Amino acid sequence: MARVAFDDVTKRFGDVVAVRDLTLEIADREFLVLLGPSGCGKSTALRMIAGLDEPSSGTITIGDEVVNDVEPRDRDVAMVFQSYALYPHMTVRRNIEFPLKSRKVPPDERGRLVAAASETLGLGELLDRKPAQLSGGQRQRVALARAIVRRPLAFLMDEPLSNLDAKLRVQTRAELIELQARLRTTIVYVTHDQIEAMTMGHRIAILAGGALQQVGPPQEVYERPANLFVAGFIGTPPMNTVEARVVREGETIAVGLPGARLPLPAPLAHAVAARNVERVVVGVRPEHLLLAADGIVPATVTVVESLGHERNLVCRLDDGTLIITRQAMDVPCPGIGDSVRLMTDPEHLHVFDARTGDRVNVP
Amino acid sequence: MLLGYALVLPSLLIFGTFIFYPFIKNFWLALYRTPPFPGLPRRWVGISQYRDVLTSQVFTNSFKVTLEFVVLTVPIGIVLGLGLAVLAHQRLRGMGIFRVIFSSTVVTSVAVASLISLTLLNPQIGLMNYWLGRTGSLSPLDDPKWALVAVAGVTIWQNLGLSFIIMSAGLQAVPDELLEAARIDGAGAWSRFRNVTLPMLSPTLFFAAVVGSILAFHSFGQIDLLTEGGPQNHTNVLVYSIYQTVFKENNNGKAAVLAIALFAMTLVLTLVQLKILERRVSYER
Repeated sequence: MARVAFDDVTKRFGDVVAVRDLTLEIADREFLVLLGPSGCGKSTALRMIAGLDEPSSGTITIGDEVVNDVEPRDRDVAMVFQSYALYPHMTVRRNIEFPLKSRKVPPDERGRLVAAASETLGLGELLDRKPAQLSGGQRQRVALARAIVRRPLAFLMDEPLSNLDAKLRVQTRAELIELQARLRTTIVYVTHDQIEAMTMGHRIAILAGGALQQVGPPQEVYERPANLFVAGFIGTPPMNTVEARVVREGETIAVGLPGARLPLPAPLAHAVAARNVERVVVGVRPEHLLLAADGIVPATVTVVESLGHERNLVCRLDDGTLIITRQAMDVPCPGIGDSVRLMTDPEHLHVFDARTGDRVNVP
Repeated sequence: MLLGYALVLPSLLIFGTFIFYPFIKNFWLALYRTPPFPGLPRRWVGISQYRDVLTSQVFTNSFKVTLEFVVLTVPIGIVLGLGLAVLAHQRLRGMGIFRVIFSSTVVTSVAVASLISLTLLNPQIGLMNYWLGRTGSLSPLDDPKWALVAVAGVTIWQNLGLSFIIMSAGLQAVPDELLEAARIDGAGAWSRFRNVTLPMLSPTLFFAAVVGSILAFHSFGQIDLLTEGGPQNHTNVLVYSIYQTVFKENNNGKAAVLAIALFAMTLVLTLVQLKILERRVSYER
C-alpha cells in the first residue's frame, strides 16, 4: 500500500511523444482511473509505473522511493493485463502461485496464500484447470487472483474488463470496487471507457495526446470539465457545444447563438470579460436542455431516439449545428420535423475560450 | 470434373514417374536377389533377403553410425540455434546484420560447405587443423576416432541457419505480455526463459527435433564429399551405404532392402511427431 507519483514525466518513442510532462500524484489506497482515447499515453504511463517502459525524463515514485532505475520485479506492484497474460502451460494454481514462487515464498505459505486468493475470487473449483479450459470471465478472475495473492504496494490494471461481454463487465465492475474496498490498496486503472471511469474511480485523470487534461473526482470532472476535450469525452451523449460571439450590451455580456442571443449570468459574464475574448464555445449537457414554448433558441427535431426510460432528441439549429437534448418519457414528445424552442438554466452553461479550448472559470 | 483431372495430371505424371513408381518398384526389387555378375538372371528369394541384409554387418554398422550421427547433430544443432535466436531476439542496434549472418548457412549449398570444411581441415594448410594442433598429422576426417564427429560438426554448422530461423520464429510467437507479466511477477531472466519461453517454445523444439532427425537420417552430400563413408566405414551412414550398394556393388536387391529400412525409420519418426503434436496443439495464446 503506497502512494504513486509522476513528477514531470515525459516518454518519447523516437520522435513520438507518448507522455508529455506528466505530473500526477496517486494517494495511498486511492482508486485512480487513467482515462483517454486510444493512443493518449495512458497505457504507457501505467507501464512506466510497472517498469516495463522507462521514462525519457522525470521521476516516478512508489512509496517513498524513486523507482526509475528499479527493476519491475523489485517495484512490488502487480499488473492485470488486457489479455490477462496467463501462462497457458500452467494450471490455474501454478499461475496464481508463480509470483510467490519467483519470490521464494516457502511452499506451505504459498499453499495458504493461493487458497486465500482463490477463495476471494471464487476459483476453488478451477485450480487444476489450464487457462484454455476457462471462460473469459474466469480467466479474468485468475489474472486478478495472481495480482492479489502477493499483497503488493499497488495494483496496475490495463483495460482488464474490455475482453468481457457487456453483462459480465457490469458485474465485474462492481466486484472490483468491492475488492478494492476490502483490500484497501492503491489501484491505477487504465481504460478508454468513461462509464468504468465514472463508476469506479475515486478520481479520474484524463489524458489526451500524451498530456494530462484534468484530474479530479468523477462528479467534478463531469460538472466542471477543464477544457473542450474533457467536455466532449465525458458524458453520453456528449456535451453540446456551439461556437458563439461575445456581445457586450451595456453592463451585461451575452453570447450570440444561431437565431438567439443568450445573456450570461453576472459571475460568468465577469469571467468572460476578464479574459477579454472575442469568441467562446458554449456548452450544455443534453439533460440540461429543456423544450419550452418560451425557449430562446429555435430548432427543428430531426431524430427521436427512445431508450425506454428516457429519450434523446436530436435537433438542428438554424446554422445546421446538431444539438442533443435528453427528455423524460413523461414529457410530450414532438414529431420529427417539428419546430421547437430550447432553453436552459444559465447555471448549467459551460463557457470555453474558443482559442485555447480552456474552461472560463467563475472565480 | 474432367478439367479438374486435367489440372492434376501434370503433377500426377511427375510424382508417378519419380516418386510412386520407384517407391513401389523398390518393394518389388527387394524380393529378388541380384546376381554376382551382370547378365545372369535375377533370382526370386522373397522376404529372406530382408533377414540377410538386416542382420548383415553392413546394415548394423550403418544403422549404428546413422544413430550416432543423429545424436551428435540434432541436440547440439537445436541448442545452438536456440542460443543464437535468443541472442538475436535482443533489441540491440545492428541486430539485423547478425540475423542475416546467423541465417546465412540456409543458402549455402552442401557442396560449398563441404569444400570450405575440407580446406579448413586439410592436414597441411587447414586453419582448423592448425587450431586443433593437428598440423602435419591426419585430418580429423581421416581419423577413425574423429571422422564422424568432424562430419557432424560440418553438418551442425550447415544446418544452423535453418535451426536459427525456426527458433527465431518460435521466439517471436511468444507473446511479449507473458514475459512482461513474468517480469512483474518477480521472475529473473533465467526464470523467465525457463518458466515461460521454453514451455511456449516446446512445440517448436519438438518440431525441430523431429525434422532435424529426419534430415540427419537422410544426410548424403557432406558424407560423399568429405569422407565417402570412410575411414573404415566409420561415417558410412545408411543413405551412403545405399548409394554404395547400388553404384559400387551394383546390388539393387540389397540396396532396396536398405532403402525400405530407412523408409521405415522415417515413417516411425513422422508418426511419433503426428501423435505428440496432435496431443498438444491447443496452446491458447
